Amino acid sequence: MLPPGSPYCLLMIRIQQLTKVYEHGDTRTVVLDRLDFEVAAGEIAAVVGRSGAGKSTLAQCVNLLQRPTSGSVVVADVDLTASSERDLQTARRQIGTIFQTDGLFSRRTAAENVALPLEFLGVTAKESKKRVAELLDRVGLEDKASHYPHQLSGGQRQRVGVARALALRPKVLLADEATSGLDPDSTRSILGLLRELRDDLGLSILLITHEMEAVREIADTVARLERGRFVESGRVVDLLQDPASRLGIDLQPLRASAPAAPGHTSLVVTYGRDDVPTDWLSLVGAEAGQPLQLLGAAVEVVEGTTVGTVTVGVPNGSLISVQDALARHGLRVRPVSSPAATYSSSDAILENVA
Amino acid sequence: MSALLLTAAAPEGLNRVPLDQIGGLLLPALGDTSIMVGVTMLIVVVVGVPLGALVHNTGVGGLFEHRLVHAVTGWVVSLGRSLPFLILMAAIIPFTRLLTGTNIGIPAAVVPMSLAGIAFFSRIVENALRSVPAEYSTVARAAGASRLQVIRTAQLSEAIPSIVGGLTINTIAMIEYSAIAGTIGAGGIGYVAVTYGYQRFDTRVMIATIIVLVLLVALVQLTGDRVARRLTPRLRFAASSRS
Repeated sequence: MLPPGSPYCLLMIRIQQLTKVYEHGDTRTVVLDRLDFEVAAGEIAAVVGRSGAGKSTLAQCVNLLQRPTSGSVVVADVDLTASSERDLQTARRQIGTIFQTDGLFSRRTAAENVALPLEFLGVTAKESKKRVAELLDRVGLEDKASHYPHQLSGGQRQRVGVARALALRPKVLLADEATSGLDPDSTRSILGLLRELRDDLGLSILLITHEMEAVREIADTVARLERGRFVESGRVVDLLQDPASRLGIDLQPLRASAPAAPGHTSLVVTYGRDDVPTDWLSLVGAEAGQPLQLLGAAVEVVEGTTVGTVTVGVPNGSLISVQDALARHGLRVRPVSSPAATYSSSDAILENVA
Repeated sequence: MSALLLTAAAPEGLNRVPLDQIGGLLLPALGDTSIMVGVTMLIVVVVGVPLGALVHNTGVGGLFEHRLVHAVTGWVVSLGRSLPFLILMAAIIPFTRLLTGTNIGIPAAVVPMSLAGIAFFSRIVENALRSVPAEYSTVARAAGASRLQVIRTAQLSEAIPSIVGGLTINTIAMIEYSAIAGTIGAGGIGYVAVTYGYQRFDTRVMIATIIVLVLLVALVQLTGDRVARRLTPRLRFAASSRS
C-alpha cells in the first residue's frame, strides 16, 4: 500500500476517501472511514486486519459489488464509482476476484467453471475452449478439466478459482482471504502461483488477509485496517526492520523457544538492517567473550533481505556487552514492553531467570 | 384377492363393468389424465420458474430488492396456495370460461390446475433458490454477469436438482387435482374412480383405478428421483469416467 503520490508511474488501483456507512434505522455504522491508497502495476499489496475491521467490505467496494457511500475507486483508469450498473459489468472484467471459499459451481466441471466469465461475455465455444485449456495449464490442472469440484482438493479448487479469475485477462487480481480455508501446503502453493502471475503477467494483486505469513511470503506493501481506518502502512521489508512498528512486530515470524539456562537471560533479537553479517552469532559471542546460546529462531528471506527473530540466551554478567555487540551488527533487541507480547503468550520476549 | 371375494358377496351391481372391459375404460382415462397433468405442468414450469425467481430476487439480499413487488407477488402466491382446490376451481369458473370458452372438459380443468400448480411451484422454486449459497451470485457478478445471467447460471442451474425434486412432488399433487377436476367432466382416472367406483359401487373398477394411480405416482416419483440424481454430479457415480 503506497501513500498517495508515490513514484510509481502506473497506478492500477487508486482509492480516494473511500467511505462505507451502513444505516439501520437510527444507527449509523462507519465500516470504512475515508481510506486512501494506491496499488501500482505489478505490485502485490496486502491489507491485514482482524475480522470485523472492514476488510471484506473493502474488497467488495473495490469491485463495486457494494456501492461505497462516498469516495472514488479508480481501477485501470476507469472510475468505477462513477459507472452505471451496466458499465460496471464491463469494468469488472478488468478485475479478477478470488474468493475465500472457491465459489465453484457444483454442477459444472473445472473447465466449465473456468469458462464461466467467457460465457457471460459471449465468447464462442471454440475460442472459449482454447482459452480454458490455456488457463488450466497455467494453474497446473490441465489433467483435471472434466473433474467436478467435489472431486478436487481444497487447493485444486482454489486453483480453478484463480484460473476463472484470470479468464478475461484482468489487470488486477483481488484476493479476498483466498488462502484462509486452506492447509499450509496448499496456501504456499497458491501464494506461489499468485507471485508467478504477477511476475509473468504484470498483474497488480490486492491481497486481503489475516495471515501474516501470506504477507511476508508475497506482498510488497502492507497496510493494517482497524475500525475502518488504515492505522499503519509501508513496505513489508521496511516494517520488518523497524523495531518501533507494531505492524512490523506482528509481521515477524514467531516460533516457541527454549527457556534460558540458570544464570542466563533470554533476549529476542530481530534483524534491523540489510547488512547483518550471516555469522553474527559467533561474531557477537567472540566480541562479548561469551558464546551465545541459541534458544529459538524464525528467520526468513523477504525480497532478498534476511528478517526474523532469534532468541538467544546470554550469561547475566555479559548482558550489556552482548547488547552493544548486537547493536553494532545491525541487530535489535526487542524491548520488553513490546506490544507483540500481548499477542504471543507462548513466546518469552525477555525472560529474566533470577 | 380378498377384496374380489368381498365384491362377489356384495349385492350384484346392476351396471357393473365386466372384467374384460375395465382395461378399455381405464386406458383412455389414463390418457386424459396424462394430457391434463402434462399440459398443466408445462404451463406451471413456464410461469412458475420466472415467478419463483422474481419472488426470490425481490426479497432481502436479492438481485433487485424491491419491497413492494416482493410483498405483492408473495401475497398473490399465498392466496393461490391457501384456497382448497375445489373452491378455487369453482371460484374462477368465469375466468376459465373467458379463457377457454367452456367450463367443462380438459381445457376447463387445465386452467384451475395451472393456477394452483403455479402458486405451488413458484414457492418450491423460491425455496430451492434460497438454499443455493448467495455467494454464487456474488461470484457471477464479479465475473461480469448480467442479472439474467446470474439468475440462470448461479441460481437456477445450481438449484436444478432440488427444483426437479419439487417438480416431482408438484406433478403428483396435480394427478390428485386432476381427480377433483374430473368431476367437472374432464375425464381421467380420478373421474372413473368417482363415477364407477364410488357412485355405482363398482369395487372392481375402484380397485383397478387405485392400482393404476399407485403405479402412475410411483413411476413419476421414480423418474423424478432418477433425473434429480443424474443432475447432481456428486451423486452420479460415473462422473469421473466421463471424458
